[in-house]
Amino acid sequence: MCGLKEIKCVVWDLDNTVWDGIILEGDEVKLKPGIKTVIETLDNRGILNSISSKGNYEDAMQKLKEFNLHKYFLYPQISWNAKSISIAKIQQILNISMDTFMFVDDQRFERDEVRSEHPEILCIAAEEYKNMLSCPYLKPKFITQDSKRRRLMYMEDNQRKKDEDLFNGPRKDFLQSLNIHFTISEAKDDDLERAEELTIRTNQLNATGKTYSYDELKKIMGSESHRLLACEMRDKYGTYGKIGIALTEDSEDYVHIKLLLMSCRVMSFGVGTVLLSYIMQEARKNGQKVRADFKHTGRNKIMYTTFKFGNFKEVLKNESDIILENDVSFIQDFPPYVKVTTP
Amino acid sequence: MGTYEKIRQFLLVNLLAYDDDLIIEDDENIFESGFVDSSFAMQLVAFVQKEYQIEVNDEDLDLSNFSSINSIVEFIGRKNSILEI
Repeated sequence: MCGLKEIKCVVWDLDNTVWDGIILEGDEVKLKPGIKTVIETLDNRGILNSISSKGNYEDAMQKLKEFNLHKYFLYPQISWNAKSISIAKIQQILNISMDTFMFVDDQRFERDEVRSEHPEILCIAAEEYKNMLSCPYLKPKFITQDSKRRRLMYMEDNQRKKDEDLFNGPRKDFLQSLNIHFTISEAKDDDLERAEELTIRTNQLNATGKTYSYDELKKIMGSESHRLLACEMRDKYGTYGKIGIALTEDSEDYVHIKLLLMSCRVMSFGVGTVLLSYIMQEARKNGQKVRADFKHTGRNKIMYTTFKFGNFKEVLKNESDIILENDVSFIQDFPPYVKVTTP
Repeated sequence: MGTYEKIRQFLLVNLLAYDDDLIIEDDENIFESGFVDSSFAMQLVAFVQKEYQIEVNDEDLDLSNFSSINSIVEFIGRKNSILEI
């Protein structure tokens, strides 16, 4: 089930990569034939585009505006920094892992510089752009509502962050001002594609590192003893779409969480804990305890911490496979700043 | 600032308290006074590690080590026997 690596962000060089010619040398630059279609199509598939290019920011942005391409690029880095540093900045802001980046540059030197600092990045030469749309890494199996809106959602995030920086006062008051609605519901057929997408894309907040395919999820949905929950979130800036799922298996004594994941974009809102609280409340009503599968993947420490701070204890450990248990004696209330809707 | 005060300050700033005028007593259960989400949990662990030069490993990530100012101070003391309180 591995090898499903997907590129989430393509970082472009500009001169002699997106266009022919070099702005600073006074060239009358021309877009490479068909490049606009490539960028637009990637954007439509939910793959983000950004820029790491050397030169003057204003001049380059001006050109991009003339070509009507500027809107597609998130956090463009146009400066004299090493490209590895620019990419690290983009990675930090987007909060997605380095091995989901692709870097396109005409100069071998630049590709090698990036590769030497970030060996996990896929670096390709500019002339390869014509083949990009058929590259399997850039062809997500499903294009969901959420993937199409992805760039916009990141832009809403950006506005939110700016407002948060400007907001004077405690974090709680800021969260209160966001008017957050969090909806937990039973997954429906049309949620499954997004659920598969989430299992593949989510690393930091994935309890098991496991991925489930559409067909596997579909089968589970039909089973009596299983429950597949989908979470959705919106706030005053817009909707985040489907941002989390949980797969649970019921037995007489336990609700067993087989899969739990949350998009890292919503990490700072505490909604992972809300979903856990909901599952625990339901279990308590039915006289059950809660168990959860967990596996350290090297990237999901935050999920482990979430469980442990949620009063889960390790009851079984088989190398890296762990089972955590919660006796539901203590369940955190929902946070006061979130309006929660449950099934 | 002493250890107790330092931790109290940290909690007052970062805990998403249910009550607006929160005063955190030494033995108060912070999981009942505020909403402990993933970000706060990570922040708290990072704060303790950095401020007191200790390593918080998986076994230490237990609710009982972090549930009140007293328990955090005790936990740090256990991890770091030369701590001055």
